[in-house]
Amino acid sequence: METQGAHISFSHVSVEFDDGADALTACKDVSFTVEPGQAIALIGPSGCGKSTTLRMASGLLEPSEGTVLVNDEPVVRPRQATALIPQDLGLFPWKTVLQNAALGLTIRKVAKREAQERACQALEQVGLQGFERSYPKELSGGMRQRLALARALAMDADLLLMDEPLSAIDALLRESLQDALLDLWLQRGHTQMLVTHSIEEAVYLGQRILVFSERPGTVVADIANPDMGNPEWRDSMAFAEKCLEIRAVLAGGAR
Amino acid sequence: MKPPLLRKIGGYVFAVVFIFAGWWITAVLVNSPALPTPADAVEVLVANADQLVPYFFTSAYRVIVSLVIGTVLAVPIAHVCARSRTLDTLFAPVLYLLYPIPKVVLLPILLVLFGLADAPKIVLISLTVFFQVLVAVRDAVRAIPESAVVAIRSLGGSRFDEYRHVAVPATMPAVFTSLRIGVGTAIAVLFIAEAMAGSTGLGYYIMQSWSMVNYPRMFAGIIAMALLGVVLYALFDIVERRLTRWR
Repeated sequence: METQGAHISFSHVSVEFDDGADALTACKDVSFTVEPGQAIALIGPSGCGKSTTLRMASGLLEPSEGTVLVNDEPVVRPRQATALIPQDLGLFPWKTVLQNAALGLTIRKVAKREAQERACQALEQVGLQGFERSYPKELSGGMRQRLALARALAMDADLLLMDEPLSAIDALLRESLQDALLDLWLQRGHTQMLVTHSIEEAVYLGQRILVFSERPGTVVADIANPDMGNPEWRDSMAFAEKCLEIRAVLAGGAR
Repeated sequence: MKPPLLRKIGGYVFAVVFIFAGWWITAVLVNSPALPTPADAVEVLVANADQLVPYFFTSAYRVIVSLVIGTVLAVPIAHVCARSRTLDTLFAPVLYLLYPIPKVVLLPILLVLFGLADAPKIVLISLTVFFQVLVAVRDAVRAIPESAVVAIRSLGGSRFDEYRHVAVPATMPAVFTSLRIGVGTAIAVLFIAEAMAGSTGLGYYIMQSWSMVNYPRMFAGIIAMALLGVVLYALFDIVERRLTRWR
């Protein structure tokens, strides 16, 4: 399934949370664009506004200043073709695996039969066939992660946003899920934005790596990572060097 | 499949034997006409079945209708209150003050307003159930994590979707738990209401037997009322388990 990815443009975006007496600036003057089909990773110290940036791209949050465009249109509410995988995965314990996978389609009022068919296909793609009637509590952490991914896939999104989706997964499983994410992106060609606090993950899954500064967060470096996409890349010296490069930039930004 | 079911049935058989044995021993020890043995009570129960069965259904009808009315009124109000900060600030203290008041005290007034038939009993039990369900569901709505609502919104869900996919299923267990607990209270209130006014129902039967100083007949009524409670409790338990299999 080949998808034309979405184009994203942030220009001079700032976000202030007015929390009573003291206003908190989460992001300040964030500008970047993502070309259709590109996969970028956002990394930075905690509280640097990378999740806030992702929420704006998803349409859950509007900027206080500046504009956020997806396919040249301002994002004022969640788009039909955007899929967001939140940090806690957003699965509902009272829905079966199939219902969870089909939920994006159900909400979009896709006919029940078609929604189920597409959800089944997506579940197969992530290796969860046979678990359609189980409940999330019966799945392992890695399977739940795959289920969240299946929900996004079933929606046939041109933009996939992920907020540290693998942070709760142990290291070995994490690598196999990263491979799954990479495969899907290579196959489908959607635009992808991944927020992560893992340097290795950013280097493995980001064609470009945007480094955020501490609060108020802004983009301090936009690092090209052209070798990304090759599954053997993880074991190479160049990969390790790239990680060191990001680490140095992060250390510089924290000063 | 079979062994767990058998074990369960065995458990209930044991429980019935245990309870009746306890009753029997107590009756023998107390040795008073006010506490007949289970054998005497069951004998009267069987003999008076033609009168007890209609009374059982009259009482069951009153309790079930009240449980339905109380729940149907309480659930939407609980959702609206818990989701709106303004309404909650306004009504939480009202609820806080009204909830602990025993609603039974209103019975005399309800009798004046609604007469002696089903209406005052149903109003009183509904009121009791209403508050129990309201408090439980309101707390359950407030316990829904914000992230669940955000997840629905990020999928492009409307306010209606938030209710349909999050608020209603998330609070379903609270509804049934409060109903299961509410059955006990509802039947207690039913007994008082039927004992005080009217000439039908198990409560009336028990009090009538008491005034006739016919203790075995009274205990036959008590067994019937206990049975009503058990049946309703089991019913809610089964429905709850079916609807909340995900837990």
